[in-house]
Amino acid sequence: MGRLKTYTRRAFLIGAAATAGGVAFGTYLVKKPLDNPLAEGLAEGTATFNPWVKISSEGITLIAPHMDMGQGVASMQAMLIAEELDLDMGQFTIDFGQPSPAYYNTALASEGAPFLSSDTGLVAETARSAMWAFSKVIGLQGTGGSSSVPDSYTKLRVAGAVARETLKAAAAKQFGLARDALQTAAGAVILPDGRAVPYTDLAATAATIDPVENVTLRDPAEWRLIGKPVERLDMPAKSTGTLAFGIDQKVEGMVYAALAVNPRKGAACTGFDASEAEKMPGVLKVVPVTGGAAVIATNTWYAMEAAKAVRCTFAEAAYPADQAAHWAAVEAAFTPETLDREWRNEGDVDAALGATPIEAEYRAPYLAHQPLEPLNAIARVEGQGVEIWGASQMPRFLQEVVAPIAGVEPEQVVLHNQYAGGSFGHRLEFENFRYAVEIATQIPGTPVKLSFTREDDFAQDFTRPLAMARAKGAVADGRITAIDMAVASPSVTRSQMSRIGLAAPGPDTQIVAGLWNLPYALDNLRIRGHAVEGLAPVSSWRSVGASFAGFFGESFLDELIHAAGLDPMQARIDLCTLPHARKILETLQEMAWTQPLPQGHARGVALVESFGVPCGEVIEVSNQNGAIKLERLWVVADVGRVVDPVNIDNLLAGGALFGLGHAMNCEITYADGAAEQSNFDSHAGMRFAQAPQVFTKALENGPAIRGIGEPPVPPAAPALANAIFALTGQRLREMPFNKAVDFV
Amino acid sequence: MITLKVNGSTRQVDVPPEMPLLWVLRDELGLTGTKFGCGAALCGACTVHVNGEAVRSCQTFAGDVEGTEITTIEGLGTPAALHAVQAAWNDHQVAQCGYCQSGQIMQAAALLAANPAPSDAEIDEAMSGNLCRCGTYPRIRAAIHTAAQTLARG
Repeated sequence: MGRLKTYTRRAFLIGAAATAGGVAFGTYLVKKPLDNPLAEGLAEGTATFNPWVKISSEGITLIAPHMDMGQGVASMQAMLIAEELDLDMGQFTIDFGQPSPAYYNTALASEGAPFLSSDTGLVAETARSAMWAFSKVIGLQGTGGSSSVPDSYTKLRVAGAVARETLKAAAAKQFGLARDALQTAAGAVILPDGRAVPYTDLAATAATIDPVENVTLRDPAEWRLIGKPVERLDMPAKSTGTLAFGIDQKVEGMVYAALAVNPRKGAACTGFDASEAEKMPGVLKVVPVTGGAAVIATNTWYAMEAAKAVRCTFAEAAYPADQAAHWAAVEAAFTPETLDREWRNEGDVDAALGATPIEAEYRAPYLAHQPLEPLNAIARVEGQGVEIWGASQMPRFLQEVVAPIAGVEPEQVVLHNQYAGGSFGHRLEFENFRYAVEIATQIPGTPVKLSFTREDDFAQDFTRPLAMARAKGAVADGRITAIDMAVASPSVTRSQMSRIGLAAPGPDTQIVAGLWNLPYALDNLRIRGHAVEGLAPVSSWRSVGASFAGFFGESFLDELIHAAGLDPMQARIDLCTLPHARKILETLQEMAWTQPLPQGHARGVALVESFGVPCGEVIEVSNQNGAIKLERLWVVADVGRVVDPVNIDNLLAGGALFGLGHAMNCEITYADGAAEQSNFDSHAGMRFAQAPQVFTKALENGPAIRGIGEPPVPPAAPALANAIFALTGQRLREMPFNKAVDFV
Repeated sequence: MITLKVNGSTRQVDVPPEMPLLWVLRDELGLTGTKFGCGAALCGACTVHVNGEAVRSCQTFAGDVEGTEITTIEGLGTPAALHAVQAAWNDHQVAQCGYCQSGQIMQAAALLAANPAPSDAEIDEAMSGNLCRCGTYPRIRAAIHTAAQTLARG
């Protein structure tokens, strides 16, 4: 991993120091065209024009390298290509492609540059360009950070247009006509006499000519698919149980495995006794793995049952055993020594706070990802190759991580990426793949399917970090005059990067995400992030830092608005500095704020910007004999341009409900070094009966196209806490809220 | 040897009677539309019908369902011949990740068989054991009402 390490270190430094990409990496590396992975071993008569389109006489294949975890990006990627290629939905098959530098993400790393989304100055833009160059040079293929749409929006339409023009050139050659005399429609080139020649009939000719790279993208007014309600391609399969997720894959000769590993994350197993397990029905073999043992059996249930019978001696965790010590470490981290960065310091905060500021302290717990499809993977290790079936958001890092386990080179790891039954950030990690390959190396030639039990998945889940905020503020004459907030939390970025052997120098924006970039005009504002060391490993949980820091910021702002005697909605509108964010608040005001409320009802509002997307929510709650009921929820976000209106409605609602369910009901706590919550009895998120009526709206006023997988999550918790305050006068400063109030 | 009648076909499997039906379906019979979610009847992803009743197959012993009619999502309807509930799920574009939806659909189909016109409160009650981590509940509710109307029209 030498090259990855070197470039990563350099890029993170650049993120802070802002050097141009070409200078940092050398213009050659940045400008170098990337090989098309589809060209390798291409069958005779099959044409490929770029890494996303392949056509043979048999059919059309579109490559959708962003992993679909339910956010609908398989369909979205295909739609962008199909729009320009004049394909109807259903005229092609989707393939997730092989890990390749050609699929580097053009949007993910740029978002990591530590600048406000509204900052388009030279320094910010240079840093973004450097991060983009970094992404290209290391071939950073990844799905995350709500980047799939911004990454794909232009490049996949270009890919479709290049394929279309090349197919027209092939038809021109085949029929002796001029290319500009030809049209395309519904998967065919239309000749001047009206004859339709299917693309598949042109594949052999197209394979013999160079792609036509000089293309013009269609005017949005001509679009047939983008921005229109289109049925997602995976819907019928998901409604009939016929979509095979990773856990449903079957490989000839496959055996099944389950784990008996230390529930203390990352801690060793000092010895195990498998004598009882080995005698159990269906068991083929028990093998050692990192932190414990794995049982290999003839079906999943035999393996899981026998894994329970393996007696292991487990070492202690490297982090504090009990939850109280975790909180104590966070409480102790508000010091100059732990300062990760002062992100904002404007005006004269200390003077404006005066002698008697308003003070508050907030807490957010560890949370587990727990997509409904438990972690799993199939691996086969044979000779000098590893073949893997499973869902990964980071296919190229996956190759790097598992190759040394099997003693092969990363390029010798073949990944068959899969539809994922949810992720929420879980499949950015590699534990299932590491274990599957460890097991498979011990039965060479035999494919083995490893399935985590739900209990394994909870125990091994690298959670969202816990976090605290200490806030001070002041109001005078009906105005907010100062905000001073410090957040202390373990660094997600450093924890996550360390597991793939990479350093992440520089401050971690995620400690204060959604707070340092709050889009309000405040004369005296200070935001500081403190990094807590030595706690349990943590990872990216849907919306990452904004899921807690957004809650802190919007809750404290609400406290000050009330202290100043202002209306929570109008005050936010008056303070808002981002025009498209203000429009969101005005839209919410019209949809949800001004209508009279029934007796015993109240509402709250919050707006958080994450991943460049401002998202505002209003929640109406009622008091049902002392229990809080969520009545109605409004979710409005601005993504610049809506690619798929049906899907965006689903993600706006689902993301907000995901945020609410966890804010209300969930936490992970440690006891004896292990997570105390082990299944959905204690960490479910939201259940059916708690779900309010939901109304959504996606706006298109923002300056850039953005993704929507994460931004609806952060405003949910503060909007609810603010609504509960309006209803009961009780200020909820700690998640989960069910510690302080009852919900229906 | 255990004899099970699944989706109208009689199948023999050589498994101990205490093996959960879920694993017989998935690993022995290759019917992977029924999902493993929690292994403890906490999420409903493994919901199937036994004599028309919705049950959690992860907590149902194979030996206890000999002689019953077992229906899985594959037997409810097919892409070419959708059950009304599945058609409503498509019309409303309910799924996000979709992993819970086999169980949701089986639960909803059992609800509608017993109660052809459920109220929102009755839907909440019947569906609350089926967890959706993506938050598709509002669309599920709407799709159940649509399916109820379709079934009422015959």
